[in-house]
Amino acid sequence: MISHRDVAYLARLSRLAMSDADLAVFMPQLQQILAYIEQLRALDTTGIEPTAHVLPLRNVTRADDVGESLPQDAALQSAPHAGDGFFRVPAVIE
Amino acid sequence: METVADFLVALRRGTLSAREAIELALLRIAASDPAIRAFLSVRTDEARAQAARVDEQRAQGVAVGPLAGLPFGVKDVICERDLECTCCSKILTGYRPPYNATVIERLRAAGAIPVGRLNMDEFAMGSSTEHSAFHPTRNPWDTTRIPGGSSGGSAAAVAARMTPMTLGSDTGGSIRQPAALCGVTGLKPTYGRVSRYGLVAYASSLDQIGPLALSAEDVALVLPHLAGHDPQDSTSAAVPVPDYVAGLSGDIRGLRVGVPKEYFVAGLDQEVRHAVQAAIARLGALGARVEEVSLPHTEYAIATYYVVATAEASSNLARYDGIHYGACAADTQNLLEVYTNTRRQFFGDEVIRRIMLGTYVLSAGYYDAYYLKALQVRTLIKRDFDAAFEKVDVLVTPTSPTPAFTLGERTADPLQMYLADIFTVSVNLAGIPGLSIPCGFSEKGLPIGLQLLAKPFDEATLLKVGHAYQCATDYHTRRPAICTDLFDEEAKE
Repeated sequence: MISHRDVAYLARLSRLAMSDADLAVFMPQLQQILAYIEQLRALDTTGIEPTAHVLPLRNVTRADDVGESLPQDAALQSAPHAGDGFFRVPAVIE
Repeated sequence: METVADFLVALRRGTLSAREAIELALLRIAASDPAIRAFLSVRTDEARAQAARVDEQRAQGVAVGPLAGLPFGVKDVICERDLECTCCSKILTGYRPPYNATVIERLRAAGAIPVGRLNMDEFAMGSSTEHSAFHPTRNPWDTTRIPGGSSGGSAAAVAARMTPMTLGSDTGGSIRQPAALCGVTGLKPTYGRVSRYGLVAYASSLDQIGPLALSAEDVALVLPHLAGHDPQDSTSAAVPVPDYVAGLSGDIRGLRVGVPKEYFVAGLDQEVRHAVQAAIARLGALGARVEEVSLPHTEYAIATYYVVATAEASSNLARYDGIHYGACAADTQNLLEVYTNTRRQFFGDEVIRRIMLGTYVLSAGYYDAYYLKALQVRTLIKRDFDAAFEKVDVLVTPTSPTPAFTLGERTADPLQMYLADIFTVSVNLAGIPGLSIPCGFSEKGLPIGLQLLAKPFDEATLLKVGHAYQCATDYHTRRPAICTDLFDEEAKE
């Protein structure tokens, strides 16, 4: 059973700023969904290959030709903070 | 003037100009959408300008595309250049993609005209369109009810005859379930049939773009302009695209139809059961050979889906960081807070639930027990379909276990909402194509959908069966009362 501590850890891994009140709402919902998912354990899958993807694709490659790339201003046009041709972020080095 | 076929015939004959086609769509949107709210925005000026260009080309004798002048709506998860694309999430507020999705490029090249953006559950996560960050969409057959989801806006717009065709996306039933609940025809193509370039990713191994329209014939008219290999999407398959319209013979004599017994169990609404059984009998009367088949791992499909889909979603949605595009939380002290505050503040609760669930099933110590296990069960589900298609050409099931439910009925209970997808998620896990067509109405007048499934890349058989059924029935031609008045007025003019 997933605990309050587990959910707090998940929030951290998921980069979500969750209050204790948030966790109290999400924890029972995640518990309920995980309890439902538990039914998979009843199935014996010994030796069954996993399917991550349905198409039989292997290393799709293309010709190494020079094509058009996204112009810098187009790449930056939706950034909340941009300037001098860069995405702006808070300083990460003291 | 309702169907894609109606529009194309009139446009090609010249009895309807592209400009008139667009005005008709805009008029119907203005008349019906205030009560339905399928659209987020309508691009009036650009649509008119594009229509004027089509008419000019026709007047000058310049060859125009096969869909020239056809208005269509676009689910808010598909990119159109410089037009805000939010996936109905606050976190993408202000995002203007610098490129068109391949499906948009191709439809525009064929002459079709996009007229607006359609409502959906946030990031396509939901079965009712109530998880839109903007507003819910209402079912045209009963505005106290949901239109299904996540492509609820796409289905409602077609049902209310606002545009003859819309684009949706389907990760676990998001085209088929709203099509069923709104009484329209919706196709989830085979995984790899249609390019996903420009489709905002939810679960990349399951997502597909597909059309919603009023008939199998209409889907057949549009599908060739969506399908086919695209160098921009390495998972789009280089499989030839047949002439779907030419395959609509109306003759299904000798076709083998399988009825999976696991889809007719407790929890299936009685009216849905009866309508689907009557539809199966109708296919038999048309000469199909009906037999019972078994898909033994059906009961594990929802659990498998919610592991696979959420795992992929938790990875895909990691890109929303408040830096590259969309919204960014104010008053943050450092980079980590930019991430964590932006994501908490601007993702809705259902998206947060799925990100956390996906993170959990992929995390150290749980990966084998949940994620790997689900991928193994996915193999078993796929094998069930492979075995069934050795015996039959198509499978027939209900699309949704119930007709449309009321707004607010399931939002408090996420698991109950997930169970709305019980008959549709297996199809995405197996990567096969699925078509939902109208097959009846409940006593309350709510549409009921029939789901047809076929082998990978055999959309042609689905459309052939759907068309044969629609030649023998009229459920797909019935209009909700909300737009009947409008049509009466148009007829008078």
